[in-house]
Amino acid sequence: MSVSHLGLRQRSLRLLATFCALAILVASVACNSSGGPGAGGNVSLQGAGATFPNPLYQKWLSEYGKLHGNVRIDYQSIGSGGGIKQLKEQTVDFGASDAPMKDEDLKSAPGEILHVPTVLGAVVITYNLSGVNQPLRFSSEVLADIFLGKVTKWNDPRIAADNPGVTLPANDVVVVHRSDGSGTSAVFTDYLSKVSAEWKEKVGSGTSPSWPVGIGGKGNEGVTGQVKNTPNTIGYVELAYAVQNKLPVAHIKNGGGNFVEPSIDSVTAAASASAGNTPDDLRVSITNATGPQAYPIASYTYILVYKDQKNPVKGKALVDFLWWGIHDGERFAKDLLYAPLPADFVKHAEAKINSITAGGSPLRQS
Amino acid sequence: MSAVPENEGMNFVGQGSTWRRVLSPTGNTGDAVFRVLMFGVALLMVAIVVSMVVALTVDSMPSIRQFGFNFLKSQRWDPIKGEFGALPFIYGTVASSMIALLISVPFSLGIAIFLVEQAPHYIARPVGFLVELLAAIPSVVYGLWGIFVLAPFLRNYIEPGLASAFGWLPFFKGPITGIGLLTGGIILAIMVTPIISAVVRDVLTAVPGSQREAALALGATKWEMIRVVLVNGAPGIAGAVILGLGRALGETMAVTMVIGNRAQISLSLFDPSYTIASAIANEFTEATGDLYLSALVELGLILFLVTFIVNGIARVLVWNVTRKTGGVGRAA
Repeated sequence: MSVSHLGLRQRSLRLLATFCALAILVASVACNSSGGPGAGGNVSLQGAGATFPNPLYQKWLSEYGKLHGNVRIDYQSIGSGGGIKQLKEQTVDFGASDAPMKDEDLKSAPGEILHVPTVLGAVVITYNLSGVNQPLRFSSEVLADIFLGKVTKWNDPRIAADNPGVTLPANDVVVVHRSDGSGTSAVFTDYLSKVSAEWKEKVGSGTSPSWPVGIGGKGNEGVTGQVKNTPNTIGYVELAYAVQNKLPVAHIKNGGGNFVEPSIDSVTAAASASAGNTPDDLRVSITNATGPQAYPIASYTYILVYKDQKNPVKGKALVDFLWWGIHDGERFAKDLLYAPLPADFVKHAEAKINSITAGGSPLRQS
Repeated sequence: MSAVPENEGMNFVGQGSTWRRVLSPTGNTGDAVFRVLMFGVALLMVAIVVSMVVALTVDSMPSIRQFGFNFLKSQRWDPIKGEFGALPFIYGTVASSMIALLISVPFSLGIAIFLVEQAPHYIARPVGFLVELLAAIPSVVYGLWGIFVLAPFLRNYIEPGLASAFGWLPFFKGPITGIGLLTGGIILAIMVTPIISAVVRDVLTAVPGSQREAALALGATKWEMIRVVLVNGAPGIAGAVILGLGRALGETMAVTMVIGNRAQISLSLFDPSYTIASAIANEFTEATGDLYLSALVELGLILFLVTFIVNGIARVLVWNVTRKTGGVGRAA
């Protein structure tokens, strides 16, 4: 009896000891890995933000890591909102966002923040309508009224007017939108606000608008799931997602009056068409573009950095990475179904990167 | 290394006779160490709950200051215009959980009764195992199944039938999409059934065999005997339902994928709805602006309170039943 009791006690003590040892081990490993940057010529950069460009940025990080073994960059796709928040709290070295930052966010940041555009994305309209084989065409006002809940039947004369020769069913239109906060929603509502005064007044533009009608799906996959499985639906998803999943996509009437099919080329065309009126800080909306081949629901996605970097070593690494990204990195864009920057916009981005300083002295020239 | 916990215990005990008595009535060092450890673990849980409430309250202060009680009454949720009201989310959370319980409690009871009282061993074992396996399926898988199987099934077969038979009721009106409050409730029902039925099965097993024998000996039929067993297990069964309710109230992914995510209050079960947990999961990542974030945190605080209140009500009900009937499973 007493022997077995002792054995039990010893065993439990040993177990406790093992736990303690493990805890210390874990703690010491954690300490080591969070060691500061710059030691031994190694630099580590942290980024966080938009989920939309994440596949491209991960590709960039792995390719850039092959070329520069001493630079370690991590990117966490926690969403644009989270990226902006962490950048403002200075817990990351760069942020990323689909929509440009708002004035009040820029003002409340502890330093001047630059927008460096990296690639372009587009939002496409997809639908589930049996018996319709050719791509549907939508003019902007009709699209806005569908999402406002004012056009409720598929055979509405206004939809029919844009689609001569297509037999449209007399069914109710079921609108599907994103339920999660998303840059995709921000781009789409930015477009709708431009083409419809009523939309602008009633709903406005943002990552989580209050949709007048419809059901919400979580993520591109959620919207796609609902649209694919529910007859008579209409929804919007990212271009890359629609192409990968071979969804039917609508042609949209652009600011110049042409119906344009969404594609990488028509997105780049939208960027080129809007290049003339680019503001100095590059915070530009290119929705409802006017070029003959310009797809109207597109936008840049940005990496956000502080103009004046605190740490010259990290700042230099960041500037070099961004420079590589907008030049060499662009060639990975098309394979991953992003539209690369048009040439004149690369020049704008170069100017932004050149203006980054550390303690007042420029980083790029050195 | 192994001496460390022992020393700690010795010091503690050595601090005075009162402590010695509290910590180790038997004067055994090992017991004292064990007591302190267990007390610490229990205290830690309380501390975590308290710190959650404090953190949620602090972070939701901007929203509480801005909206006050209107936050609970308002039906508008418009992040762009900075208007936030929680009522549609509260309604969606409570309504979907109630639908889930209405469906799942009879099913769970049936499963448990069958497994304990009627099924032969070679059936009860595998069926019981499969039911418990359902509890281990990740909720996102339920969600996918909901979108691709359940929603089309409801849309094509169940909802048109409900609409034509009960369409005069306000609960079955509006367009039929297969996505909405009803689908959310059914998904939840399927998810909580294994939990409730597993606990009820344990409760019924715990009812002494003498009760059954007594009932049968008095000439009761099998059904009357089962009723005796059920009455005996009532408090435990109620506890099982509370467990299931807790899971239903907080479930996020599966519900999000099928409930339609629309902040509105509509009596129709066909219409899309929204739950608190879904709203937080959906909007937190892209929420910019302090007020927006704070409103989402306040939603979390409300979910905490709703869970608390619903659990409280359920517990009072259990106590009432227990007082009247007595029986096993009181602790649950």
